[in-house]
Amino acid sequence: MGILQIIVVIGILLLLVKPMGTYLFHVFSNEPNRTDKWFSRIEKGIYSLIGLKKRDRMSWKKYAMSFILTNIVLVAFSYIFLRLQRGLPLNPNGIGGMEQTLSFNTVISFMTNTNLQHYSGETGLSYFSQMAVITMMMFTSAASGFSVAVAFVRGITGQKSVGNFFEDFVKAHIRVFIPLALLVTLVLVGLQVPQTLKSTLEVATLEGQTGQIAIGPVASLESIKHLGTNGGGFFGANSAHPFENPSPLTNVIEMLSMWLLPASLPYMFGLFAKNKRQGWVIFTAMMTLFVLLLSLNFYAESKGNPVINAMGIDSSQGSMEGKEVRFGIPQSSLFTAVTTAATTGSVNNMHDTQTPLGGITPLALMMLNNVFGGKGVGLINMLMYAILGVFLCGLMVGRTPEFLGRKIEAREMKLIAIAILAHPLIILVPTAGAFLTDLGKGAITNPGFHGLSQVLYEYVSSAANNGSGFEGLADNTSFWNITTGIVMLLGRYISMIAMLAVAGSLLRKKPVPETIGTFRTDNHLFTGILIVTVLIIGALTFLPVIVLGPIAEYLTLG
Amino acid sequence: MANSIEAAPEQQSPSKGSYFFIIVRLSLVFIVLCGIIYPLASTAIAQVLMPSQANGSLLKNEDGVVVGSELIGQNFSDPALFHSRVSSIEYKAEASGSNNYGPSNVDMLQRTKDFITQWQVDNPDVPLSELPVALVTNSGSGLDPHITPDSAIVQIPRISKLTGIPASQLEELVSQHIEGRDLGVFGEKRVNVLKLNMDLMELSKS
Repeated sequence: MGILQIIVVIGILLLLVKPMGTYLFHVFSNEPNRTDKWFSRIEKGIYSLIGLKKRDRMSWKKYAMSFILTNIVLVAFSYIFLRLQRGLPLNPNGIGGMEQTLSFNTVISFMTNTNLQHYSGETGLSYFSQMAVITMMMFTSAASGFSVAVAFVRGITGQKSVGNFFEDFVKAHIRVFIPLALLVTLVLVGLQVPQTLKSTLEVATLEGQTGQIAIGPVASLESIKHLGTNGGGFFGANSAHPFENPSPLTNVIEMLSMWLLPASLPYMFGLFAKNKRQGWVIFTAMMTLFVLLLSLNFYAESKGNPVINAMGIDSSQGSMEGKEVRFGIPQSSLFTAVTTAATTGSVNNMHDTQTPLGGITPLALMMLNNVFGGKGVGLINMLMYAILGVFLCGLMVGRTPEFLGRKIEAREMKLIAIAILAHPLIILVPTAGAFLTDLGKGAITNPGFHGLSQVLYEYVSSAANNGSGFEGLADNTSFWNITTGIVMLLGRYISMIAMLAVAGSLLRKKPVPETIGTFRTDNHLFTGILIVTVLIIGALTFLPVIVLGPIAEYLTLG
Repeated sequence: MANSIEAAPEQQSPSKGSYFFIIVRLSLVFIVLCGIIYPLASTAIAQVLMPSQANGSLLKNEDGVVVGSELIGQNFSDPALFHSRVSSIEYKAEASGSNNYGPSNVDMLQRTKDFITQWQVDNPDVPLSELPVALVTNSGSGLDPHITPDSAIVQIPRISKLTGIPASQLEELVSQHIEGRDLGVFGEKRVNVLKLNMDLMELSKS
């Protein structure tokens, strides 16, 4: 039953990829299409509200600038809301303003689609902040990332331009995120996820004590949290909390919500490239890596913790520390893999409590950061590896590498090298730095090799804009708020800007006609090359630190 | 637009001020739309169509008093009731979470050993090898409302001895409370401890 339910979920995903990818292509190809009838009136209203008279094609620099400036303005408003939440409306539980470094960390965390949370939702945020800051940024950061991904795809597939940021941003909301979020919200409420503005409930428990139950507008946050691959929970326990994720059925809906859009982007890319096989090559490489790492986690968690297994109890179920009974091992394992692959970062079981080998899966998926990936980022990164793969093959046979009919030259490779090297750099340097300072070391709550994994996980999660945590880390201090804040910023914007620059640079090139000697990138051979490129670059960079953390813990656990 | 010849190039590249103004207005529109209209509209629709689910699936006893939510676990210390899983926050649902102990954490291993020792004292009639790992471990949320069916079954001898209810009757009660996998495929079989104990208390009265 365990493996079957995993296969069923993957099966449903595969059935949905084509229709969703086609829909996304229709939305963003900017040709007149069927979706106009429903949405264009609302969009025209918004364009006139914001004073956007003409939706001109932008240069890549203008596009990047618009994207960044919009993010800065949203960050500024949100920071003010958090600091002043005590006096703002919808605060029935009387929650005070948020501290400076924590507010800094929180607004960056949500704007960069990371959703690392150094606060606990029940006690740290008013309902107004949950809605106007957290829920709002879950939409806008997802739409920002999605827009950049579409712009990048337009660039490398040789469309007329990278597009217009404002138009993409509005369309992503109106035609994708808001309708889907409303639908998923109502389905989740039907399946018992609360949606109310009442304050914390008072109950008289069965044993005669008074208890309190935190509640609030959960479902409307829960849906966009997953659709936008954001991941920040309403409650501290995130999707392990029974109000956020009451049943295995809601668990499946939440997994598909965060998985469907990233998984459909390769198909959309195939349509833009007028070569569906090219899209499937990317998809297959992603799915292969996903299944490999999912298997590792499922196997390790099913086997359980050897020390507890030796205590003489019935431990046949596996490692249940930090997991919920309703999910068991299969639904927890699959959720872990999906949430770190799609860089969502919501958790339905505590990653910190996973067995050492099981804990490698979320780490590795975030280190690779290209297996499906968050809103758009995964596709961008995988295409970056595809160009790198083409380049490496070109070096071996001594030809100028080409991708999708355009020559890959020094400028593109330099930009790609910056993006690829930035990721390990902003993970490993702060990790090492944290161990050199008492401020960093003081936060570790699990002694030994596991402590290294805790710190590493925090920065990997920040850099990959994932936001899940080995949550034992005592991370609400100025040191952690500021360092992870900076890592999140660099993790988000360096690669996005570099890739927009690659798109701009490729757009200026003349297409090279395909000849018999052209190296094909849409066949099985290239799928293999792509997987190997990802593994070699990923493994070489991160293997040493994986050995020091999880593998050392595994070996000492016996 | 009186002078269209001069206006045209200006539209192509709007001045820095109006460009920035577009961005501020764009941000405000989406703060209102996604941050206020969307959650409030969701709340309104949910409250009208599905008030029970939208307000936390509350459970009431026969006097109409709210005893909790069927989704949120409770702490049961009375040995004559079924016990929930380990929770570092003792099922206090104003917050949520757990200690996040790593698999090699000595505190976690000690807590587990202590729990097992106490369990053996409280349940002398059940062999240790039948104690399920799920009952011994801390859930992720600290609020897990469920236990596995075998976690309920191993508690029957203790409860039967203390309440005088025959074991066969308790077994029947537990089997009535076993919830299957969702749609027959997803998740695990489970027992809601709060609902089970509410019915157990009814049974003890009669």
